[in-house]
Amino acid sequence: MEINLIILAVLVCSALWTVMARSLLRSGIALAFTSAVLSIIIFRLNSPLAAVFELSVCAGLISVLFVSTISLTTPLTHKEVLKHMKARLSRFWYLPLILAAAAILLSRIKIDLNLNLPAAETENDARYCLWHLRQVDLMGQIIILLAGAFAVVILFREARKNGR
Amino acid sequence: MDANALNIFWPFGLVIMMLFSIGIYCILATYNLIRALIGIELLIKAVTLLIIVVGYINGRTALTQGLVITLIVVEVVIIAVAMGVVLGIHSKNNSLDSRNIRNLKG
Repeated sequence: MEINLIILAVLVCSALWTVMARSLLRSGIALAFTSAVLSIIIFRLNSPLAAVFELSVCAGLISVLFVSTISLTTPLTHKEVLKHMKARLSRFWYLPLILAAAAILLSRIKIDLNLNLPAAETENDARYCLWHLRQVDLMGQIIILLAGAFAVVILFREARKNGR
Repeated sequence: MDANALNIFWPFGLVIMMLFSIGIYCILATYNLIRALIGIELLIKAVTLLIIVVGYINGRTALTQGLVITLIVVEVVIIAVAMGVVLGIHSKNNSLDSRNIRNLKG
């Protein structure tokens, strides 16, 4: 449990690094690190298949998408970044205080959460569960992937037309 | 929920709420479109962790793994399409500042 607490603390620190990093590229790298730490936690919670997906897709593919998008856009100058950060801190200085107060309050209040999942058929294997019990999810995944592919194709076609 | 499950859940629950708050802060405090997407990513990570922890507490990790895999697929599609939109906006306005997008302003 202590190791879990340490990893959770690292997760929060890396998420803070993601948000507070000055450069967008560093934010993207920090996001990949956050995904990697999250995949360790998922693995430790007896979900190896989801951990592999998190590591390969979120820490890998999405980071590549972020880095390539950042490299295709014009970055702000150092002076502009500092100006934005100062403006951001002056506008939202109270949010970390609210967060800390909420954390203290929630740790003191005993909330009666009902985390019991509804009864389902026997499921010991994630593969069986995904392919036999959650077939509608798979159909939805296929439809969403096709919709995403069409959307990206249309977006880049429009961009090419505008470029001409 | 019994005391043992609560003992397992509370550190994760606290981190989930912190991740969610950090993501909300990231979306609220920035005008940069890519940073807003990073905030959405952090929100999705909080939800992923919540689903996995609930599955662990109930001993139903197979079901929650299936849900998380679906969630990750949806997440990738959302980010890919959003990146395309951001690139389109950048090529048109030469800026990632959300205040410069006034084309749809009524």
